[in-house]
Amino acid sequence: MSTPVLSVRDLVVEIPTRHGILRPVDHVSYDIHAGEILGVVGESGAGKSMTGNAVIGLLDPPARITVGQILLSGEPVHALKGEKLRRLRGKRMAMIFQDPLTSLNPLLTVGEQLEETILEHMNVSQAEARRRAVAQLEEVGIPAAEARIGSYPHEFSGGMRQRVVIALALCAEPELVIADEPTTALDVSVQAQIIALLKRLCRERGVAVMLVTHDMGVIAEAADRVAVMYAGRLAELGPVREVLTRAHHPYTAGLMASTPLASQGRKRLVQIPGAMPRLGNLPQGCAFHPRCDRAQDVCRRDPGPTLDAYRGRAACWFPLNTEEKAAT
Amino acid sequence: MLAYIIRRIGQSILVLFVVGLVAFSMFRFVGDPVDNMLGQERTQADVERLREQLGLDQPFVVQYYKFLEQAVQGNFGLSYRQGRPVAEILLERAPATLELAFVSGLLALAGGIGLGIYTAIRRRGISANAIMTLSLVGVSLPTFLIGILLIYLFSVELGWLPSFGRGEVVDLGWWTTGFLTVSGLKALILPAITLGLYQMTLIMRLVRTEMLEVLRMDYIRFARARGIREKSVNFRHALKNTLVPVITITGLQLGSIIAFAIITETVFQWPGVGLLFINAIQFVDIPVMAAYLMLISVMFVGINLIVDMLYFAIDPRLRVDRTAGGH
Repeated sequence: MSTPVLSVRDLVVEIPTRHGILRPVDHVSYDIHAGEILGVVGESGAGKSMTGNAVIGLLDPPARITVGQILLSGEPVHALKGEKLRRLRGKRMAMIFQDPLTSLNPLLTVGEQLEETILEHMNVSQAEARRRAVAQLEEVGIPAAEARIGSYPHEFSGGMRQRVVIALALCAEPELVIADEPTTALDVSVQAQIIALLKRLCRERGVAVMLVTHDMGVIAEAADRVAVMYAGRLAELGPVREVLTRAHHPYTAGLMASTPLASQGRKRLVQIPGAMPRLGNLPQGCAFHPRCDRAQDVCRRDPGPTLDAYRGRAACWFPLNTEEKAAT
Repeated sequence: MLAYIIRRIGQSILVLFVVGLVAFSMFRFVGDPVDNMLGQERTQADVERLREQLGLDQPFVVQYYKFLEQAVQGNFGLSYRQGRPVAEILLERAPATLELAFVSGLLALAGGIGLGIYTAIRRRGISANAIMTLSLVGVSLPTFLIGILLIYLFSVELGWLPSFGRGEVVDLGWWTTGFLTVSGLKALILPAITLGLYQMTLIMRLVRTEMLEVLRMDYIRFARARGIREKSVNFRHALKNTLVPVITITGLQLGSIIAFAIITETVFQWPGVGLLFINAIQFVDIPVMAAYLMLISVMFVGINLIVDMLYFAIDPRLRVDRTAGGH
């Protein structure tokens, strides 16, 4: 297989606090290949956004990467700082934020923001930058792009603004896009359009996309593979169909059971008992064991097999849905 | 837009009217000008005659009406003390105050915005923290004390700069300027610092706070995530967004530089309108006080109007016609 666009290897992010060191990302490994969408799913505080921020080098101090590697097309980028890191951002990896209302500068026109980004990363003239900006807006589906390029962000609707944000992220043709909850702040009908747009751009340009979300529907719709995170650790990693239909990790199974589906009619939704533990207060062993009905002694002692990018699917001692494999 | 300006001007006139009314109702408590004007040797008849002559026997509403009637025609009456037209006296004094205010304002703006940005960007740096600590001095020390300390240090101890007056001035006919002579410029330094220091530290702290706020915004993060240069992030993306609240406060502060020049002018015996006002109060020179107060209110109202206009220039969101819904 070709070199993945993004390889996260054994990544640990730590935040030193007065009450000890917190570990919002704990030995996480995965790959994303060109043209592939990896969905990263989990509850608030599971470390999914933190992983994205770590990749693009936007961790807010004092959070920092303490262990592990981040490889962008094989090159290590986790130790880059300052100017070298800045040159990569936008040019080779880009990020899309949750709220299109706040991610655009209200005092600069859409065109100014696009042209600025293009001029920063590409060796083109002002006129060429403008032409590309218009083309980029057209590509993300802004009607009358030529006329709207001089508009300010507040003159666009929420969905259109998110399209502008996507155009901004993609305008310097990055290899990797980290989309951090790109649809959470949008209407449901607009959500589907934005997801479709992301999918189309990913396929057409061969961009690797890391789609961070807490919405299982979005994952099912868009992702090729899915990484389920729980309390900073990777709980399960695998192709989206398999993970969604035949979850190995009890947490994933619980998430699926608690997702409302129209096909199930008006049944009462299943809840996972309890809540995700706070980072400063993780139980020993597997972080999920207090909420897990399959937990045994070993789960309380040992955090379970670590998932890496190549082996294993669920970080669980007693995975579900593995009968046929166990039989062989 | 035009309708807005006209409405604002209408409001401004109302404000001026009320300011004048309040001022006039208070003049009677300042003292009796007749006492000063007639001296010790006077009869009750003299007092009555002068009162009637000046119109002081009438209720203040009537006095105010007469003042307004004359004022709209550009006539502010005669100074009780000097016996000359007030407008003439004010015009003679205005250049001194305006030049002082201009230099202090420039100092406050340039220093305040520059240091504000610096302390926001280098939030954790030693020098930024030192500046922040020092700025507490500027905010908390009263103006007159700063003036006196500066005089003590630079005039008395070091003898570098003059401690009072305006130095040599050049008369341009309608304007006297201290900018063209060395002694005039030297005389400007201490009063300008005294007057501008408080405003500078205030603007600096405000710019810093706003800037820190803006630097936390998503669009700044997004700009960084797109690989925009730090310089452009700070000055193009962040600074512009801090300007709206900064302009509001700065505009009012520049107004108060002129208004509060009174204290600085007293400390440095600066021959401006502030000093004129202080002397007028001592003598209960009502026409001078009234004209000065009106002048200051016109200035404040004017600055406010300009500030509102500047919002439109900076923030495109305000340019949308309100009836369009502004989505």
